[in-house]
Amino acid sequence: MAYVVVGAVLLAGVLFFAAGMAANRLLRPHAPTRAKGTTYESGVDPVGGGWAQTNVRYYLFAYLYVVFAVDAVYLFPWATVVDRYGWATLVEMGVFIGVLAVGLLYAWRSGVLRWV
Amino acid sequence: MTTVPDWLEVVLRAVAVLAAFLVLPLLVGQAEHKVMAHMQGRMGPMYAGGFHGWAQLVADGVKFAQKEDVAPRAADRAVFRLAPAVALVPYLVALTAIPLAPGVVGADMDAGLLFVLAASAVGVLGTLMAGWASGNKYSLLGGLRTAAQLLSYELPLVLAATSVAMAAGTLNLTGIADAWGPWWLAWQLPAAAVFLVAGVAELQRPPFDMPIADAELVMGPYTEYGGLRFALFLLAEYAGIVVLAGLFTVLFLGGWAGPFAHVVGWLWTLVKVFVVSVVVIWIRVAWPRLREDQLQALAWKVLVPVALGQLVLTGVVVVAS
Repeated sequence: MAYVVVGAVLLAGVLFFAAGMAANRLLRPHAPTRAKGTTYESGVDPVGGGWAQTNVRYYLFAYLYVVFAVDAVYLFPWATVVDRYGWATLVEMGVFIGVLAVGLLYAWRSGVLRWV
Repeated sequence: MTTVPDWLEVVLRAVAVLAAFLVLPLLVGQAEHKVMAHMQGRMGPMYAGGFHGWAQLVADGVKFAQKEDVAPRAADRAVFRLAPAVALVPYLVALTAIPLAPGVVGADMDAGLLFVLAASAVGVLGTLMAGWASGNKYSLLGGLRTAAQLLSYELPLVLAATSVAMAAGTLNLTGIADAWGPWWLAWQLPAAAVFLVAGVAELQRPPFDMPIADAELVMGPYTEYGGLRFALFLLAEYAGIVVLAGLFTVLFLGGWAGPFAHVVGWLWTLVKVFVVSVVVIWIRVAWPRLREDQLQALAWKVLVPVALGQLVLTGVVVVAS
């Protein structure tokens, strides 16, 4: 039942967007010119394309994130039962997170957390 | 009492959630205009509607609706047009699971916390789509910064939320708010601080608005947008504040906890949501923008270690008690 409501809300959101844009079509002018279609570059003619090659410098942060995100997936179900299983499960999760924390510490010490 | 047919209940719930979604973000938007104006001593438009320029928001809406819908030639048109919906609708879906009071909720889910976090994380895709599809250098750089920022701040947000789930022993949002007690204010304070900071960073609001940074990137991923599509991005930002404030209220402030909670619990929730929203606005006024490297350092060198420490503390207290 709960997920049927979620589906209905999703549908309502999509309908809201579609109806809004359709109503907007009646209200807005439509007068395209060549100049309007130009890419905005602070008033000068655009130089080269917008999809240029860029150096994605934060890929190390992305690796770190993926490692911890997988950990977070395990944390959620574990969080609901930790009070039932007591110290043993807490120590287990402590070892698991501790290994990750050491990894983060290593990344920190080796300087990859500095923006280059 | 007559029973309502199932399909009608589903429709009514969906309509109620949509109504809340259309009203609350506008209230927050209105509050932002006026609170910021007074905090900074810059009054802005004070004429529309007479008293304090209250109708300026309506005037802005009318203006947005009358603007031409321009998509640049260089843009990937289909993605460019779809991006505002992808930014907006996930917050609507997330709002479904946030309870106002016991039973007063769009959909009461066992894994409500996980659902809200997951749904609101999808909204970011809209910004990334806008940044990539615009075919504009400012937009692309803004989009890349958005990606970097969200990678870093999603983690402390999730870890802080996990701490509360551990303390309550459930992922159900109604259950979490019921398990809440006043001592949580002290015990879960580090998690609350991490959650609020990371939440504001996820919304890319100042002081974490490096992806938009109007002094260097014009408007970041939204540079090429105008008219109603731009307005929908603005609405998504305010809806994001409402979802963040709602989740913060339920997780850290006990939701409907307060005097006469069984009668006016929903009112307490709304009041707390509004107060948290004003704090989010206040943060914007009070702090200057963080540089990109400071942004990453704050996430990885402060928030993540604090959140991990909170997890240990919560775990020990839960098992020991």
